[in-house]
Amino acid sequence: MSAIRTGRKPPRVGDNPLFRGLLIGIVLIVGAILVLAPLILIGFQAFSDGWRVYASTLVHPDTRHAILLTVITALIAVPINTIFGIAAAWAITKFDFPGRRFLLVLIEIPFSISPIVAGVAYLFVYGLQGLFGPVLDTYEIKILFALPGIILASMFVTAPFVARELIPLMQAQGRDLEEAATSLGASGWRTFLTVTLPNIKWALLYGVVLCNARVMGEFGAVSVVSGNIRGQTNTLPLHIELLYHDYQAAGAFASASILAILAVITIIAKVALERQGAGRVPRPALVTQVAVASETKP
Amino acid sequence: MKIRLDRVVKTFNTFRAVKDVSLDIESGELVALLGPSGSGKTTILRMVAGLEYADGGHIYFGEQDATDIPVRDRGVGFVFQHYALFPHMTVAENIAFGMKVSKVKREKAEIASRVEDLLRLVRLEGLGGRFPAQISGGQRQRVALARALAVDPKVLLLDEPFGALDANVRRDLRRWLREIHDELGITTLFVTHDQEEALDLADRVVILNEGQIVQQGTPEQVCRDPKSAFVTRFLGDANRLSAEVRGGIAYAGGASIAAGDLADGAAELYARPGDLSWSQEGPGIAASITRVLDRPGGRRVITITTDGDHLEFDVEPELSVRAGQQGYVSLRRAQVFAV
Repeated sequence: MSAIRTGRKPPRVGDNPLFRGLLIGIVLIVGAILVLAPLILIGFQAFSDGWRVYASTLVHPDTRHAILLTVITALIAVPINTIFGIAAAWAITKFDFPGRRFLLVLIEIPFSISPIVAGVAYLFVYGLQGLFGPVLDTYEIKILFALPGIILASMFVTAPFVARELIPLMQAQGRDLEEAATSLGASGWRTFLTVTLPNIKWALLYGVVLCNARVMGEFGAVSVVSGNIRGQTNTLPLHIELLYHDYQAAGAFASASILAILAVITIIAKVALERQGAGRVPRPALVTQVAVASETKP
Repeated sequence: MKIRLDRVVKTFNTFRAVKDVSLDIESGELVALLGPSGSGKTTILRMVAGLEYADGGHIYFGEQDATDIPVRDRGVGFVFQHYALFPHMTVAENIAFGMKVSKVKREKAEIASRVEDLLRLVRLEGLGGRFPAQISGGQRQRVALARALAVDPKVLLLDEPFGALDANVRRDLRRWLREIHDELGITTLFVTHDQEEALDLADRVVILNEGQIVQQGTPEQVCRDPKSAFVTRFLGDANRLSAEVRGGIAYAGGASIAAGDLADGAAELYARPGDLSWSQEGPGIAASITRVLDRPGGRRVITITTDGDHLEFDVEPELSVRAGQQGYVSLRRAQVFAV
């Protein structure tokens, strides 16, 4: 009987049941250990001292201020980066100009650079000993260790998110639709609103959701430029770290649970948006030579 | 609207796509720009539309110099090769788009009734509520045409209008486009690389090669009197033979044919498959049959001459021919060009 079994071929090339089972098993186990377990742990730890402690941590003035600051940062950084992303994707996909590929690489830089490097770079530019430091000091403009610094650092880190979602899609769509609208007499702005935007809206929303999640969760760059002043320049991720260092584990986990919930909402939104977008892809990607080949889908 | 191109030039980076092209299109004429890929035909069309600007020369619409008028204000209807229908709008919304964005304000009811008229014109009554993804390729092409016609264009421009469709749909749409053109009488310019399409559809065919017009004329003129070897080859299947001209007669193998006023010397001779005939006895070019291809409309024979040239021609299906047979090919008609 084993002779028959070994002689049997898998249904398709590469579809060996043993290999398949092994591979799926490894991925599941590693995924559970690396991703799922810590998330579940956050939930447990947050409530380890009971509901009361969880709630009191969240209503603590420092926590409330951290949440407020995070939301304000997101409300400013995300719209600016959305507009920047649309503009960049538009420029790269609809125009030919020298330096187009360079711009594409430039947009990608924040992905490959460590956020802390970005933070330090801002220190050098806007710090007291920095490039514009003295000038800013004379006019009493505070950028570092204040909201503007936090927003700038968040924007740097999340600059590519929207553009990167839009570029492959807009490249695949080409310029035909805009040309058609213009030849029918539509103005540039009208073409954008009635033709371009409806065809990129799902990808755009997806980019915005990802951008928002990252802005709210950004730690490295913000921690350098914010100065970690409790109740003043502490965003939620920084606040979590402070609580943890103060041996307030339950408080830290409670605050972390907010970010975790945000992450879950982001993922649900992502799945929903991808499903919405899937039915509306007009044509397969015909032009992909400039597409970001090295990208790894988040 | 009469269109006139006067020494138009277009260069992409260092590539001269269009070189000094001058062309007159009469009002109400249906003209085909025919050429191989890279011959500049689409670029010319896009310059007439205003989607590309000419680097040199002028484009006139009637008496008006339209060279620098932006596409928005040029009043042309452009039909794109891949239709470019707005995927998020219904067929009716697509057709109404031009009227909605127009500077001339129209009532909603007026737009709706005009959309109905256009749907009837392109024979798509009842499909106004569908999305482009829900209709066939041929139907999309007709929507694209209706959308272009909705803005009452002075000129209709079509870029490879039937390129993406299968053969049967193409033939139907071709006849239908001709009917619409005759009905509306709108000056129409279309681009194609398909000789049959150009010859079937157009009043006048403009043949382009490497950014220049190599010949233009009615289908009859270009077919019966091609001015160059390129035009002959490009318009359809042709057998090429090396020939020699002596005293106004071209000699090729054992065959000869009048060469008009061509000077003595080496020449090349082109003959269509229908211009050759086959016989067991001479005179003619000695050849042997290598293959016989049977087709619904007849029988094509492929032969090899003693000089090693391949000749293809059509014979009556009743004629008994088989591979390996020896015989003679004679010339009924041919075009002779100096080398």
